[in-house]
Parts: sequence; C-alpha cells; structure tokens
Amino acid sequence: MAKVLMKGNEALAEAAIQAGCRHYFGYPITPQNEVTAYMAKRMPEVGGVFLQAESEVSAINMVYGAGGAGARVMTSTSSPGLSLMQEGISYLAGAQVPCVIVNIMRGGPGLGNIQGAQGDYFQSTKGGGHGDYKLIVLAPSTIQEMADLVQEAFDIADEYRNPVVILGDGMLGQMMEPVDFDNIQKKTRNIPEKTWATTGRGNREHRNIINSLYIDPPVLEKYNYELFEKYAKAEKNEVRYEMINCEDADIILVAYGTIARVAKNVMNIARREGYKVGLIRPISLWPFPKEPFEKTVNTAKAYLTVEMSMGQMVEDVKLAVQFKKPVYFYGRPGGMIPEPSVMLEQIRKIAGGVK
Amino acid sequence: MRGGIYVAKVIFNEDLCKGCELCVNACPKKIIEMDLSKINVKGYHPATVKPENMDKCIGCAFCAMMCPDTVITVIK
Amino acid sequence: MAVVFQKTKGLTDTPFHYCPGCTHGIIHRLVAEVMEELDILDKAIGVAPVGCAVFAYEYFNCDMQEAAHGRAPAVATGIKRVHPDKIVFTYQGDGDLAAIGTAEIVHAAARGENITVIFVNNANYGMTGGQMAPTTLIGQETTTTPYGRKPEINGYPIRVSEMLATLDGTAYIERVAVYDVKHVMQAKKAIKNAFLAQIQKKGFAMVEVLSSCPTNWGMTPIEALNWIKDYMEPYYPLGVYKNTLEEVK
Repeated sequence: MAKVLMKGNEALAEAAIQAGCRHYFGYPITPQNEVTAYMAKRMPEVGGVFLQAESEVSAINMVYGAGGAGARVMTSTSSPGLSLMQEGISYLAGAQVPCVIVNIMRGGPGLGNIQGAQGDYFQSTKGGGHGDYKLIVLAPSTIQEMADLVQEAFDIADEYRNPVVILGDGMLGQMMEPVDFDNIQKKTRNIPEKTWATTGRGNREHRNIINSLYIDPPVLEKYNYELFEKYAKAEKNEVRYEMINCEDADIILVAYGTIARVAKNVMNIARREGYKVGLIRPISLWPFPKEPFEKTVNTAKAYLTVEMSMGQMVEDVKLAVQFKKPVYFYGRPGGMIPEPSVMLEQIRKIAGGVK
Repeated sequence: MRGGIYVAKVIFNEDLCKGCELCVNACPKKIIEMDLSKINVKGYHPATVKPENMDKCIGCAFCAMMCPDTVITVIK
Repeated sequence: MAVVFQKTKGLTDTPFHYCPGCTHGIIHRLVAEVMEELDILDKAIGVAPVGCAVFAYEYFNCDMQEAAHGRAPAVATGIKRVHPDKIVFTYQGDGDLAAIGTAEIVHAAARGENITVIFVNNANYGMTGGQMAPTTLIGQETTTTPYGRKPEINGYPIRVSEMLATLDGTAYIERVAVYDVKHVMQAKKAIKNAFLAQIQKKGFAMVEVLSSCPTNWGMTPIEALNWIKDYMEPYYPLGVYKNTLEEVK
C-alpha cells in the first residue's frame, strides 16, 4: 500500500485492523463517528466483528468479555463516553484484560461541545475509574503517529495484559494527512500466548477465570502489589517523548498532541526572533517522561506548558521539574485553540525581553 | 424393603449440610430427620436417616433434588 | 446397587457459601447438571453477576468471567462474538438483571444474542441485606421499604419474562419456580431448553426462576418456599412465554 491520504479517525481504524484487531464494539459520539462507520464497513471485509452497542457502558463491557476471551479488541469514544466507561476500565485493569481504548477528546465538562480539546488528561493518567491502577496512555500528534501508536498499542496491551489508551482530540480525528501503513514504526516485542483466556475449557486441565474480585484483604493486597510490579516495568520501558532544540534552550515549551504542532511552529518563530526556545513533547502521558525534564532543568530558565484545557499536564510537568525552575501555563478550554501570538507574547514576557 | 422389590439408600455428606430441612420436607416416606445428637463442622445438626428407617427408602431422590448443597447421594 | 443421584461433574468441589435453604444452590446444580448432560462443559463459558452469586465463578466447572453489576449480558456478547461456537451463559439476580442491567439485557435479547440467561428472581437484593428490587411485590417489606412497597412512591414490580418475550430476537423464555420437586424438575427442563436454544442457534434464551431468600424474607427455608408459591407465583405466572425450539423435550 502506498501512502494514503486519510482522515485521523479512519486511519486509526485501519491501523487497528492491520494490527490484527478483529473485534470492535463502539457507540456513536462526535467527533469520532467515522471510526464506527469505518469499522462497520471494514470489519466484515476482513471477517471480523463490528457491533454497535446500546451505550458506552455496554461497549466497554463487551470489550471486557471479548478481551477476556483472548481477542485483540478495541473501542473508541469521546470524552463523555469515556466517563461512562470508567467502571469498565477499572474492571479491565483489575482483571488484567488487554484492549485498546481510543479517546478523541472534545470540549467539556458535561456535554461540553464537539471541538477538539485536551480536558481528559487527568481522567486517563490519574485514574478516572476507582481503585489503584494505571493505564498506558499514548498521545499522537500526527495521523502517521496515530497509525503507528494504535498498531503498537495492541502489542503493548498484550505484553502487559493492560488496557492502553490512545488520547487524541477532535482535530486529529477530523484532519487528513498522508499515512504510510507499510512502514509502521514499532518495537518488536515478545508477546506471550494468551493461555489465560476463557476460550472454553476443551482439553485444558485447569479452568480459566477472568476476575477482579479478591474478597480476602491480604490476597487483594498482594494482588495490588503484583499489578504495580507490572506498572513499574512499564515505567521503565514504555516512556516516549520528543525533544527539540533543548540543549541551549532558555525557555522550553511543553505540549502534547495537536497543540504540540502549534508549539513547534511557535518555537521556530521565537528562535527567529532570537529567543532560545525548545520543545518537549511527551508522547507517553503515562508513564510520564521525567527524563527530558531531568536533562534540561539545570540549563533551562523556565518551562511553558501549553494545553487545550484549564491545565492538567502542567501538574505533572511541575512534579517532574521538582520546583527547581518556574513552570508557566497557557491554555484554552472549551475547544478553543491556544493562539501562536499569545504563546509568543508569553515567551517574550518570561524571557523578560532578554534575548 | 426386606425381601421386597427395591433396596435403596441415601448417603449424607454431613459436613456440607446447613440444616435447612428442605430434604425433610421433600421426602415422601418421611424418613429424614435432623440428627440432634450431632453438630457438623459448620455448626448445624446434619440431616440423616436412622438405620432402622433406611429400608423404607424408595430411592426417589426427591431429597437430593431439593438439597441446595449436594449433600445427598442416592443409590438403588 | 447403582447410583441414582450424585453430585454433577458440572460443579467444582468448592462448598457453596449460600445461606441454608437458599435456592441458588438448587439452581446452580440444575444448570451444572444440564451442562453435563448436554456434554457442553468443555465448551461452556459462564459470566458471574454481582449479587449473592458473585462467587459463581468458583462453583461452575468451566471457564468463567466475573462481570460488573448488570453488565453480564454485554460481557457475554463480547465472549460469544469472539467464540460463536462455544456455549456462553450468564447467571444473574433481580438487581443485576432488572435494575442496573436493564439496558444490557433488553438489548442482548433484542439483538437475538445467542446466549443463555439464568435469571434468579427472589424479589429483593439479597447480598446487600434485603433492599427493594424491581421485582419486590407491592406491600412487601424490605430494608428500603420498611412500610411495605407503595406504588405511589416506588411504582410496580417488573415482569421481565413477559417484557422480553415481546422482542423478536428472543427464542426461548420460560418462567419456572423451585419450591417443590415437581417444579424443580420442570425448572431443569426449562434450563435444558434454554441451552438447546443456544445449541440450535435460535437466538436469545432466558429462564426466570422464582426463588427464595429465607434470610432477608425473615422465614425458615421451608416457609420461604411456600411464600414463592403463595405470593410470588400469582404475580409472576409460570409458563413458557416464547418458544422457537425445534423440539421441546
């Protein structure tokens, strides 16, 4: 397949199919309806299953059943739908069922609007569902990266027996860019066979049970520690980020997803004006990349976090910087896009006019 | 029934019994009773059939069908 | 001497945690016996509910998944769509199926999802201490209707079997009870039919079993069985509400 010009929502669906996903359960919600439409058409072509559920609550539970039965399974939704899925996500994490969940974020809270936003960072990185668990959260910023990360997400999910969230936004979902499906960038992993799946006992001498109930407190305690051993491994191996122009930077922009593209342009404009600006673009939001901050905190003067929200990732930036340098924030909620001119103004202000 | 047509008996796995008495109620020959002389590991008087009553058992298995805890095995 | 009755291979060796006289024990056994007799234990995948039967995954001798409260039909849908050749069943109580899980059961039935649902109706929420359920009778006292269920506050009980039978996707719906041996035998037949409906790929099958809850009803186990007959059966008539099977045994 040569490079194809594709809409983000459709590219992520095609990427899933190419990763071997043959089961998709979803529910219509703007701005990701192209995913359900694409899957409805494409799944039967590859002998897979597309089922429109009666709600996101139902969809995530179908994902639980299918994932527990050993399939590569995906769902997609937007912010309000992900709120509905939180119970199911806690169960998926608790029962260690692999799956891929795509959130094409929109303005919130509540019904909000249908424009792209980044207001769900906390929801996926700090819980959302009840109990102690972590989701591996990946944030693409181009359509190609969306396709790459969706493909790898299935491998990551299977390797860790954990849900993986792809955090996109309405713009990424709707825009069109060229995608090369033949040269997907991903790590080769050693994925064990799913001997734990409920496939019907057959000749197996033990029954398989998918469960998150451990009624005896010492047993549940031990189980939580086992889950966190798994997360510790992910923290070591699944960190992803991009650093541009940071070696000599005074001011470092921090942004993810679509807004990172704007930040990149702003960085270039600022450099032309004589300001030493760099960019850290987290790609894994959990595990959050601490490394780029450790590397720059001694040389940078300040960080400016830009988000399409009231400020969520900025808290993790502050934690990573450990209050050694100031961390500023500029953001806009409600689906509004932070303006390059305002970002430049902020940079000039932080620099105090000194170039 | 001595010298009669059937020989049937019921065997109680006493430690599973919870003393609910559904078997007592179900038995058409009314030969099941709770053994007040014993307390099982759960703290209940288990169901039993006195040896002298066992020959009245017709092996209908009504008791076993009503038992919620699979206490009873019936042989005939 | 031959064995006339012994514990089925469909049950594990784990003793049931249910209250003395609780009909969950009988119903579990019937489901397990049917699965053994139909020789589907090695193909079966069950979905356990939240409720007294939350530990059902310990008792049925097959692969099991534990679902969130009410979500079992959706979980079962996911499993069945991945393994259409396996036998997928859910086992749910009246809070699980008729309250929080109403959307999931209605849509699984409407889709004609080829699964078997065992619906245990004992007119209250047992596990949490006896609160009102959608199937609690008018005038029935529960911990959340201490003055008896009043229609002007809490409306009327839901007859799930009749309701689901109106959906075209359903293949077999029967309501049974387990208050005496005759009814236990009929219940077993119904459960067998509900699994046959899946084997024959007819669509959605459900057996609603009128059951007792001696502990929360405040009765002895035998009194509780009589209460099913005297009070529940008049409101929830027994019988077959839908049948598209090729041959009824």
